[in-house]
Parts: sequence; C-alpha cells; structure tokens
Amino acid sequence: MLDFLQRTGKKGLLSIAALGRAGMFLIGSLTGIPSWKGVPLFIKQLYSIGVLSLVIIIVSGLFIGMVLGLQGYNILVDYGSEQAIGQMIALTLVRELGPVVTALLFAGRAGSALTAEIGLMKTTEQLSSLEMMGVDPLKQIVAPRLTAGFVAMPLLAMIFSVVGIWGGMMVGVDWLGVYEGSFWGNMQSAVDFREDILNGVVKSIVFGVVCTWIAVFQGYDSVPTSEGISAATTKTVVYSSLAVLGLDFILTAVMFGDF
Amino acid sequence: MRLRTMEISVGLFIMAGVAALFLLALEVSGLSLRPTEKTYKVYAEFNDVGGLRVRGKVSLAGVTIGRVSNIYLDNRTVKAVVEMDIDSEVDYLSRDSIAVVSTAGLLGEKYINVSIGGDEEVLEEGDFFDSTQSALNLEKLISDFATNKF
Amino acid sequence: MNQASDNYVEIRGMSFSRGDRLIFDNVDIDVPKGKITTIMGPSGTGKTTLLKLIGGQLRPDQGRIQVNGQEVTRLKRKELYLLRERMGMLFQSGALFSDLTVFENVAFPLRVHTDLPEEMIHDLVLMKLQAVGLRGARELMPSELSGGMARRAALARTIALDPEMVMYDEPFTGQDPIAMGVIVQLIRLLNDALGLTSIVVSHDIQESLSITDHLCIVADGKVMGQGSPEQLKQEGSAFVKQFLNGLPDGPVPFHYPAPDYGVDLLQGDQDAGFSATDR
Repeated sequence: MLDFLQRTGKKGLLSIAALGRAGMFLIGSLTGIPSWKGVPLFIKQLYSIGVLSLVIIIVSGLFIGMVLGLQGYNILVDYGSEQAIGQMIALTLVRELGPVVTALLFAGRAGSALTAEIGLMKTTEQLSSLEMMGVDPLKQIVAPRLTAGFVAMPLLAMIFSVVGIWGGMMVGVDWLGVYEGSFWGNMQSAVDFREDILNGVVKSIVFGVVCTWIAVFQGYDSVPTSEGISAATTKTVVYSSLAVLGLDFILTAVMFGDF
Repeated sequence: MRLRTMEISVGLFIMAGVAALFLLALEVSGLSLRPTEKTYKVYAEFNDVGGLRVRGKVSLAGVTIGRVSNIYLDNRTVKAVVEMDIDSEVDYLSRDSIAVVSTAGLLGEKYINVSIGGDEEVLEEGDFFDSTQSALNLEKLISDFATNKF
Repeated sequence: MNQASDNYVEIRGMSFSRGDRLIFDNVDIDVPKGKITTIMGPSGTGKTTLLKLIGGQLRPDQGRIQVNGQEVTRLKRKELYLLRERMGMLFQSGALFSDLTVFENVAFPLRVHTDLPEEMIHDLVLMKLQAVGLRGARELMPSELSGGMARRAALARTIALDPEMVMYDEPFTGQDPIAMGVIVQLIRLLNDALGLTSIVVSHDIQESLSITDHLCIVADGKVMGQGSPEQLKQEGSAFVKQFLNGLPDGPVPFHYPAPDYGVDLLQGDQDAGFSATDR
C-alpha cells in the first residue's frame, strides 16, 4: 500500500517536472527577436508540415462531407426536412469535425513526423553539434517548426471544412436531389460568421498550438535511442489525440455553452 | 529550383487557406462584404414566439425578405417583441399586413411569415405590425383538444 | 603562474556526477596550447562527458574549467555561445545535418554566424572541403557518404569558422585502416597548419600515440597519468602500463564485479526465475 502511494507520488512529481520542462521549452523557443534569417526555415517547415498534409486533409474532408450528406439525408428525409441538410453539414464541419478531425490527422501525419525527426536529430548528436557551434537549437530547429505548426493547422482546418461542405453538396444536391437553393439558403441562415466560423478557427488555432507543442517537445525530450524515439512518437499521437478531444469539450462548452 | 517550387507551393497553400476562409464567410455563413445591405426595422408583438430565434427568416410568399434581429420581452404589455430587418427593396408592406410565426415542415425551424394586406399606407422604419398571430403550439393544441375546450 | 598562458584549457579540482555515479572526482587536467592532447581511458570513464564539460554543455558539480582564460562555468548563456564559436567539436557520428548537402553543411556555420556574401561563402567552403579531400563530393547528401567521408565532411564543417580549438570525440572508432590513416594525418596537418589546439578523445592506443604531444589517462574518475607519451611509458604506474600495452588483465580486472563464480552457478534455478521477472 505504502509502496503504491510512493510510486504514484513519484509518477506525479515526474509528470509535473515534465510539464515544467515543456513550458520552459516553449518559452525558450518562442522568445527572442525574430530575424529575417528565420524566414526560409519557417517556409521550409510550412511546406513539410502544411503542404505535405494537404492530400490527406482534402481526401478525408471530401469523404467525411459525403458521408455526412448521406447519413444526414437518410435521417432528415423521414421528417420531410431534407433541405436542412446543408445547415447540418456546414455546422457539424465548421464547429466540430473540421477542427477536430484535422487536428487528429495532423497529429498522426505531421506530429509523429516532427517527433521522429527531432528525436533522430538528438540521437545523431545534431542538436549537440548545433549547440557546440554556438547555435541555439531551440531557435534554429524548434522555433520554425512550432510557428509553422501554429499557422498550418487553422489553414488546414478551413480547407477541410470547405472541401467537406462541397462533398456534402455533391451527395445531397447532385446525387440525392435536394434543391440547391434551399441547401445554400438554409445553410446561410443557420451559420453565423462570428459564432460558428470564427469560433471554429479559434478552436483549430488552439489545437495547432497544442499538437505542435506536444510533437516537438516529445522529440526534443526523447531518450536518444531507437526505442526512445518510437516511444516518443507513440506518446505524441496518444497525447495529442487526448488533448484535442478533451480541449474540444472544454472549448465547445465555453463557446456554444448557452445553447 | 527545388527551393522555388517549395516556396510556390507554400504560397499556394496559404492562398488556399485564405480562400477557404472567404468561402466559409461568404458562401456558408452568407456574410456580405458590402457595407450591410440596406434594411429598415419593423416590430411585431406576439403573445408567444416559442421556438423563434434571432437570425430566423422573415418571408413573404415563401421568399426571404429579411431576418429577425432581436427578440425581447416588453415589460409593460408582457408580450414578446420581435425586431426584424427588412430589405429596403421591399417597401410595400401595407400597414395591415399580418406577421405569423410559422414552422417549416411539421417540426422544422420557426420563421416569420408575412401576409400582405390591402392598406394604402405602408410600414416604415420603427413601425409595428397591426395584427400578428402567435406560434402554433402543438402541445397546447393537443391538450385543448383533449379537454374539449373547442 | 606563467603556466596559465601556455594552457588553452585548464581544469582544476573538478568533480562531476551523474545520478549516484561519480564520473570525475577532483581531477586536474591541462591542455597545452597549439598541441594535440589525447585523453585516453577505458570505455565508460566519461571521456565524452569531459568534452561536453569543456564545451559548457554540462556543468561540473564543483571545480573550475578555464578555456582560453575564461571560466566556462561562470559564463552567461550569450558569452558561452560566443566562446563556442571559437571552438569546434567533431562528434563521434559526425552529426551532419541529414537534410542538407555536404556543401550546405559546411556552409551552415558561416551562414549563421557571418554575413559574408554568397561568393565568399562558396570559396571558403570549397577551401575547407579541399583540405579534407571532399571537394568533389559537395553535392552529395550525408546519407550517400561512407562513415569515413562523413567524418571528414563533419571535420570540414568544424573548421569552417577557423576555430582556435577542435575537440575530436572518438575519431578513430569504426573506421577501416585507410580511413583511419587519413583522419590521423588530417588531425596532425590541421593542427599544425591552422595553429589549432586539439583535444582527441580515444581508446585507440597506436593511432593516438602516433600523433599526440600530450597524453592524459583517465580511469575511475581520476587522472592516472599526464605528460608526454615517452614520459608516461617510462614512469607511469602499473595501470598506465597495462593500458598503454593493452594487456587484458591487471589493475583493471577482466571481470565485471560479480558474486563468486561457483556460488553463482549453483544458484542457477533461482537466477533463471529472477532474470525472467526482471525483464
């Protein structure tokens, strides 16, 4: 019993220490004067984090929108209100599925890659060698990846939503024959720019910060062995997914709580 | 050259993201970039607006002519006051028009349906509808029917 | 006190421990200026740790480490980074940036620390690559290089900023005889041509002895002997002689500390169960 308490206490302290390291890590990488020398690094990361994630985001968005169209139609047609399908698809995507599914895909696609890349840099002493060259790896390696992740996530989430709505329209309007005018009309009367779209964007920004932070920190903090990297990659995906889903609940409660 | 294609694709990516935001704003939420379309406000008092919400449609013969911009309780008359923005192009709502809280389909969203009257005088900014008809309360209807109040 | 000016690095009374393990116990080490100093010792005595201590990546528990008259342990972060620009370190794995070509790897410190025009960086990089014989390999990626070539490319990057001191972490391990010979020669040549101070960490006795001016043998957290190779061969302790002659048994036992062999064998059953649960 005592042994159990002792172990739990130790684990608790270790996780608090890890959180502290993560916080100092974030501050250490993002403070300081940004210089023009960092711009090419940022663009390069935006390419590998954002552009290379586009395909999976577009394909998933399209299919999720199409499924929403089919399922929504089947339910709504029973009540004779299948015109409301546009409103349903748009609200689900913009408020929830856009930010959340993008963040989950991002954690799996870009987050794990970030962790593995930085972990491998640590294992092969590239980070140490930067330090010995008088270059701060937090500024050179970590900062551009963090900022690129912060920027890429909301962009990806918006693209996801647009593609999803288009997919839903394809199924609903072109295939199932919902009248196009009421599809868009219902949608436009139900979706509010500030309440729905901007709140969705805020969500995806929060998810972007959290997912990139977790991914980069796990890589930086990994044990420099092959097992260490694989453990860190797993942690990235697990922690990011849990953080996204948990935060989504809190954010939804705060943003749309009065409904 | 490899760097160039990378830069271009990143540029396209950012443009796609921004375009997505514009599409969401304009097409999905119906936000208008033009400085708020010209509208005028008219008011209507109801005994019961059950289910009607701000941003709900105001329609005339099935065509949307405006939106509900505010709903509040008048403390003096203890009635619900609905404030609506009506397109200024629709300047022929006669003073004796009737505003009805209606339901799209049996269980669909509530909206305000305007039936035009024959009066010469038309509603202007700040005017109240003379006659209104409250929401059809299905529960109340059934209970009235059950207790044979008809 | 005249001594101080002759030593580029001076370590006095330094102790360092990792967890419960004491890695250095009150050691004094000198690295004379302009010479090649080799730090030798059995595996696991913390030779790489020593380099990290000199570079300020780790802080000692107590004692002083002076590099070029500056107290490394007391430097602020910014001053430390400035000092590091004047020292280079060649890592065991080479630590080339795997997403950059050989050319860009060597150009990297120049681009970060200087504002030189592109043509000048181009010329400087080619000079450094020529010095290590890899001018023709400049467009290759690190993954396309052999181990020896990767280490030479990393060496070119290390000397890109013309440092005053270069630290080599196990430069000879895992190299075929030819690559090893090339690196031995390069260390000597660069040291003399550029007027460097070099620190080599190694346990390859023959190669190290062939180039070193100053030898320092570390074991069990202590300095076992320090001086020129000839001096140590004649006057060294039993341990130094065992080490320099590469004898398998002596003061350094062949066996890792273990309970009595016979007792251990008789307890075979319990042991098997124990190791199974331990895993």
